[in-house]
Amino acid sequence: MKHPMTESQTLTIIRPKKLFSLRDITELWRYKELLYFFTWRDLKVRYKQTIVGVAWAIFQPLATMVIFTVFFSKLASIPSDNVPYPIFVYSGLLFWQFFSSALGDTSNCLIANQSIITKVYFPRLILPLSSVLTKLVDFFIAASILVVLMLYYGFVPKLESIIVIPLVLIISFMASVGLGLVLAAINVKYRDVRYVLPFFIQMLLFVTPVIYPASIAQKYSWLLALNPMTGVIQSARATLLGTTEINWGLIGISFAACLILLCIGVYVFKKVERYFADIV
Amino acid sequence: MEKPVIEVKNLGKKYDINHQRGGYIALRDVITNVFKSPFAFIKNRAKEIAGIQTKEEFWALKDVNFTVNKGEMLGIIGLNGAGKSTLLKILSQITPPATGEVKIYGRVGSLLEVGTGFHPELTGRENIFLNGAILGMTRREMAQKFDAIVEFSGVEKFLDTPVKYYSSGMYVRLAFSVAAHMEPDILIVDEVLAVGDAEFQKKCLGKMEQVTKNEGRTVLFVSHNLITVQKLCTRTILLEGGKIKAMGNTKEVVEQYLHNKSDSANVSATSIELNTKRNVGEIRFTDIKVSNIKGSAVIKSDDTLRIAMKYGSNFNEPLTDIRIVITVDSAHSQQTVLRLDSDVTAKTWGETLKPEGEIICETDVLNLTRGKYIVHIDFLRQGTSQDYIKNAAEFNVETDIQNYDYKINPDETVCDYVIRYRFNQK
Repeated sequence: MKHPMTESQTLTIIRPKKLFSLRDITELWRYKELLYFFTWRDLKVRYKQTIVGVAWAIFQPLATMVIFTVFFSKLASIPSDNVPYPIFVYSGLLFWQFFSSALGDTSNCLIANQSIITKVYFPRLILPLSSVLTKLVDFFIAASILVVLMLYYGFVPKLESIIVIPLVLIISFMASVGLGLVLAAINVKYRDVRYVLPFFIQMLLFVTPVIYPASIAQKYSWLLALNPMTGVIQSARATLLGTTEINWGLIGISFAACLILLCIGVYVFKKVERYFADIV
Repeated sequence: MEKPVIEVKNLGKKYDINHQRGGYIALRDVITNVFKSPFAFIKNRAKEIAGIQTKEEFWALKDVNFTVNKGEMLGIIGLNGAGKSTLLKILSQITPPATGEVKIYGRVGSLLEVGTGFHPELTGRENIFLNGAILGMTRREMAQKFDAIVEFSGVEKFLDTPVKYYSSGMYVRLAFSVAAHMEPDILIVDEVLAVGDAEFQKKCLGKMEQVTKNEGRTVLFVSHNLITVQKLCTRTILLEGGKIKAMGNTKEVVEQYLHNKSDSANVSATSIELNTKRNVGEIRFTDIKVSNIKGSAVIKSDDTLRIAMKYGSNFNEPLTDIRIVITVDSAHSQQTVLRLDSDVTAKTWGETLKPEGEIICETDVLNLTRGKYIVHIDFLRQGTSQDYIKNAAEFNVETDIQNYDYKINPDETVCDYVIRYRFNQK
């Protein structure tokens, strides 16, 4: 009889858990298909449940844009860096909604999937990642409207947008995942946090230059720059609509800040990860 | 000699009682507590940091050692709360152990529940892929096995219907089919066969047997159904209170489990102290004794049962609105065989109860079949539980078959009661 143990077998050692190990990363890679399936599930389910389906991803920012245009531009006459207000606010909303919805979903992902967490093992980081990926798909769908608006108003993006747009997307990705991971970990322990969260996210909208240009804050605009999404939206507008010069320094600072945020998020998440199955 | 595929060394898992009971807390409560009594909060934190913890600990598993060889089908049995599920959860890496280590050679597939991650909105076809991915199959693997999965489940016709419209039987069939085809090196199965109709169960068991015998895979199997365990497993572990009570030949272990003569009826206060899964209020049980009416710990089927419970309370005045509920479960069938409820019977202590004392519950002839029985007790005041003790005591019943005019002992795994009866022809 051939001895099966001589074949290269995977060896798993289960011990009282350590915080980090290199295996976490390779393991995450091994489970990439699950990441795909979770994202696929979320998209599929959402577009099945609503009658409007995919249109929902477009409708949401579009309707917000129309309302904001009527109230903030027409009635309140908020300046918009010399570009038409609809395209100005839409470009901001596009990134803002990606960030805020990803943040909201990430912070809820553990509780939403608790039945799976308590029954099957997989790297838990898959869950927040798939939440963000789902929102990324929405982002691309909604971005088509921006393309239409740019054609309509005759805007030609700067050549730098090939670098800047992916870069700012990565920044918003890191920002939402980083903050989302911290909130997800807190959410598992303190179940009332999720009721405060939507309010908190709504507040964030007003300290981000989505509906108004950052220039409105004048000498206090550095305060706005503390918010990484400021850098994202400013830079996106600068390259796509030419509102201002591209501020590479701002992009750099936002990138660094979000990278740190992401590291903190992963650290906190990993630290609480081992108790998830016991307390959810 | 086969090399082991699973090595478990000194495995232990502990829970804080707080975690066990409440699970999660509200941040709001934590914040109000800090403001209400900041000094108590600081003191508790300081104690925690200094390591003088006042938290109660509960070891769900302790000093568990065993190995499993390749191609073996190992059964794990024990009462509810013996640590079976915790053990499986550690082996499936869902929760980390507190002490010890486990070495596993090969790919592990765990089936703690059928249909994990099934989404009601998705169709059968979609759920097969989703569930497969959750169980660790690759897309290529699933594409290969898709037809086999569908055929095994027998739900071809409804493949493109959302599973929310499935009957529970169809749902289980589909879910189990996916699981049955995952073909890991080591399969960990919890009480999942309890669902589904008898015929499908048989099919699943057949599949599991085939998997171990023909393909040399290893299966860890937890079940309350002792007949299935005896049929499938050559070796079995008996867990009790988080420790391995017995390990070895299935028949012997099951025998020991059912007719545990060594620690018989009179389990007293010590067993309550050991049992920390409690929810203590202002009234608590301090002692429990189970015997027959003459006080003997050996209980026969045609004996009456006497359960004496001592209790204490924080009150000085007599207690009113009290309810005592005693439940007796059979260890072999896991069914509740008796429920003695002071709110149901007309014969109780009356209006009031002394703030501390002893309550005695006596029954008529039991007619329970031989085997082990477990007693759970609950003390309620004004409708809320003051002290609920799961597995508070256990007792063994012996049947004197001549008293029932039997020739042989009836199979206790099939029916929990014995009664005198006769057949005639007309």
